[in-house]
Amino acid sequence: MSVPFLLEIGTEEIPDWMIPPALESLQVLFEKAAIPHDAVRLDATPRRLVLRAEGLSERQKDSEERVLGPAKSAPAQAVAGFARKHAVRPEDLTLESTPRGEYYVFIRKVKGRHTKDILADSLPAMILGIHFPKTMYWTGKGGAQFIRPLRWIVALLGNDIIPFELAGVRAGALSSGHRRLGSGEIAVTIADYDERLRDHYVIVSAEERRNKIRRELEGVRVKPDPVLLETLVYLTEYPTPITGGFDPQFLDLPEEVLVTVMRHHQKYFSVEDASGRLAPEFVAVMNIPSDAEGFVRRGNERVLRARFNDARFFWETDQKKKLADRKSDLAHVTFQAKLGTYLEKTERMMALVGELGGDRQAVRAAELSKCDLTTELVKEFTELQGVVGGLYARVQGESEPVWQAIYDHYKPESMEDVIPRSRAGQFVALADKLDTLAGCFRVGLVPTGSRDPFALRRAAQGVVKIIVEGKLDLSLSKYLTDQTLAEFLAERIRYYFRDLRGFKYDELNACMAAGSSNLADLEARLVRVRNLRSSPDFEPLAASFKRIRNILEQAKFTGVGRIDTGLLEAGPEQDLYEEYQSTTGQPIESVISRLRPKVDRFFDKVLVNAPDARIRQNRLTLLSALLREFSTIADFSEIVTTA
Amino acid sequence: MESFQEIIFKLKHYWAQRGCIIQEPYDVEVGAGTMCPETFLRVLGPKPYRVAYVQPSRRPADGRYGDNPNRLYKHWQLQVILKPAPGDTIEQYLGSLEAIGINLRQHDLKFEEDNWESPTLGAWGIGWQVMLDGLEITQFTYFQQCGGMDLELVPAELTYGLERLAAFLQVRDSVYEVEWAKGFSYGDVRYLDELQYSVYNFEMADIPTLWKLFELYETEATRLLSLYDPKSTGKKRFPLVAAYDQVLKCSNLFNTLDSRGAISVTERVGVIQRVRRLAVGVAQAWVDQQQEASVEVAV
Repeated sequence: MSVPFLLEIGTEEIPDWMIPPALESLQVLFEKAAIPHDAVRLDATPRRLVLRAEGLSERQKDSEERVLGPAKSAPAQAVAGFARKHAVRPEDLTLESTPRGEYYVFIRKVKGRHTKDILADSLPAMILGIHFPKTMYWTGKGGAQFIRPLRWIVALLGNDIIPFELAGVRAGALSSGHRRLGSGEIAVTIADYDERLRDHYVIVSAEERRNKIRRELEGVRVKPDPVLLETLVYLTEYPTPITGGFDPQFLDLPEEVLVTVMRHHQKYFSVEDASGRLAPEFVAVMNIPSDAEGFVRRGNERVLRARFNDARFFWETDQKKKLADRKSDLAHVTFQAKLGTYLEKTERMMALVGELGGDRQAVRAAELSKCDLTTELVKEFTELQGVVGGLYARVQGESEPVWQAIYDHYKPESMEDVIPRSRAGQFVALADKLDTLAGCFRVGLVPTGSRDPFALRRAAQGVVKIIVEGKLDLSLSKYLTDQTLAEFLAERIRYYFRDLRGFKYDELNACMAAGSSNLADLEARLVRVRNLRSSPDFEPLAASFKRIRNILEQAKFTGVGRIDTGLLEAGPEQDLYEEYQSTTGQPIESVISRLRPKVDRFFDKVLVNAPDARIRQNRLTLLSALLREFSTIADFSEIVTTA
Repeated sequence: MESFQEIIFKLKHYWAQRGCIIQEPYDVEVGAGTMCPETFLRVLGPKPYRVAYVQPSRRPADGRYGDNPNRLYKHWQLQVILKPAPGDTIEQYLGSLEAIGINLRQHDLKFEEDNWESPTLGAWGIGWQVMLDGLEITQFTYFQQCGGMDLELVPAELTYGLERLAAFLQVRDSVYEVEWAKGFSYGDVRYLDELQYSVYNFEMADIPTLWKLFELYETEATRLLSLYDPKSTGKKRFPLVAAYDQVLKCSNLFNTLDSRGAISVTERVGVIQRVRRLAVGVAQAWVDQQQEASVEVAV
């Protein structure tokens, strides 16, 4: 008979961002247990991870297990011993032929175990095996490790409790409701689980909580913020949005500052007015169904007022000293112990911006770019570095290119983020990232595995994105003197073009083999190769190029000497030479359809490895010239062909 | 409306009823209640312990001359240590909020991830900041390590920010308006303290003197630690608690020097290391000293 399965792991509050990956991990572990089942459903709130599966069998199928015994030729004593070990008579053993001869085999009939027993045995390790970025122990030194203390476990197979104990918690059929609105012990069955919890103010489904928030926000002009929404979905068991207000006088402060306070510090959504400007309102999401008395709204309004007052205080204090006057203070701010202060970094960046081709304004922006690190506002809201500098530069009368470049120079902060909007900003951002990369690699601060404390991957990714999307015509090789750094960047170039731009890995290998110092050029060649790929002649030609390269490698051909036309044989060889002559200098797109049959015929009819050494050498020279001619956009022998 | 001191009375009473020793504030300057020996030393080793105390905590860099309504040079923490943490620690904690008049059915309570760490103490834990209607009112931590050592029993540490709680309960925008006792505001009691210590910490503290003091205390702590002999039969009487006080002095001097702008970012790490080395040294010796003591008791 088929039965459903329910596992609810009850804990203290799990960090919101760890919950979705934990559910995935739980599912993988459940599948590994290899218990046949139908649909799986995963749910979670901050205090519970839930896995449900349909259609499990109460008992697993019977099976047979084969134990190889002694060879047929073994002494009878050994055979008897083997039989005795398995509690059977020697005549109950079977003989099987194996590649090494005939052997006695004992076939053990294994009765399918009860699924409940299998689960009782495997669930403790499955639960503790869930991957979390950081775990704790709570029952004492050497005790179980989990993300937060386990407080209850519901484990049901059909109507039966799956009996096991983990970290002092006995699995049962008692769940727990909302911390204050629900009961601490709720008897549940698989059939009434969702409903019982709902009665106790827990909405188990994240989707339902998300929809509840969205539905109740209809009609409020909330600035869309999917990341914050997810945070709140996993920070609550019974979410309810409420709207609060703040004094419109605070709208004098930059919107960036207000939004950061609301979003990062208070987890509020910002609200817009009809014209799209920030409104003096916010939306908080509570973990209770209503705020009839207005306590929650007034409490949040008071907290926000205090936060905004702080921000205003910092904003006004910071104005007392101009950005430009803060430059010398950077001598006291360490960039990295081995890499000196931010003043030194600033000077290196200024020089680099000039070298990259930045104008006077770009250099000025570089000069002021790090000065906001000494402001109170950035000390308080570190995530606003750059932005705050840009805002101060604007009110202090710096030109638009300068303040915008400062404002943007940490961009792109992720692969989805945009690059700085202006040339000056792009140069400052590039100089900042290249300086960090070159410096860190020079002193051996190279990322390993998941350890990347200086966010060098993001910096390198930013370099690639800025150059390509900013269409900057500059050669990277000059700044990649370190071989490890060059390889590190090549890795990021691949990642960018493959995962973000959808080029195939062999197209990348082919084009990067022809050079990757100028990324704008690399991009152009990648596009060409991708377009070429649709031509029916492309793959066969690529296969021929691969053949040519193999032949040249095998012959250890060094590529010196010129083609001696006198040695060419009439027919396919002569034809190929003429084709080569007439197509030299033309783009491969326009010659591919003519070239391919010539190459094919050459390989069909002509023996490269001619007995006469001079003829052989001449043919290799011809092939090498051909390969070189068409390898300027890509090394086509890198293309993986289907044939 | 509960006054500031009534909130303190009620919380102390609540935790006393749950088996806590009620201690008085430690008499050496500390940056947080965690640094008091009642937490730092007591969480070490295998002996259960339960204690609650109010600890005025000094953060020189947070001083604002009494001008800022929410920031203080010295604020009052209620520190609770439950070692080992019982399974219903959070329930007990919620009960304490109800005991001071917060109806949690009408307020929004969230536990947001916040793992506490003190490099100076070689200590860290896993936990949350507890948010009440958007206001952080408590730091809740399950200690994992202290003095660089894994803890035998995992204690729960609850640190209540008393000014914030009181401002919340009394619906005040400024902590200085909080009623401390009938007829006296928080400002009446504390304003001068805030103003004068801000002046001292930011403007007048003599940097060479502070460094000299730091070195004197450091030397004394180092000297004491070097004399501790784990093999000595009389080690039980060795003054590790006194050595620890020297470490606390160093820590407070470090914080003052920092607020005075006398420590560059580069130097910071090095000075923190110096204090940490002493704190870890005391913690390790303490664990050794306690082991011996427990054997004696068993005999």
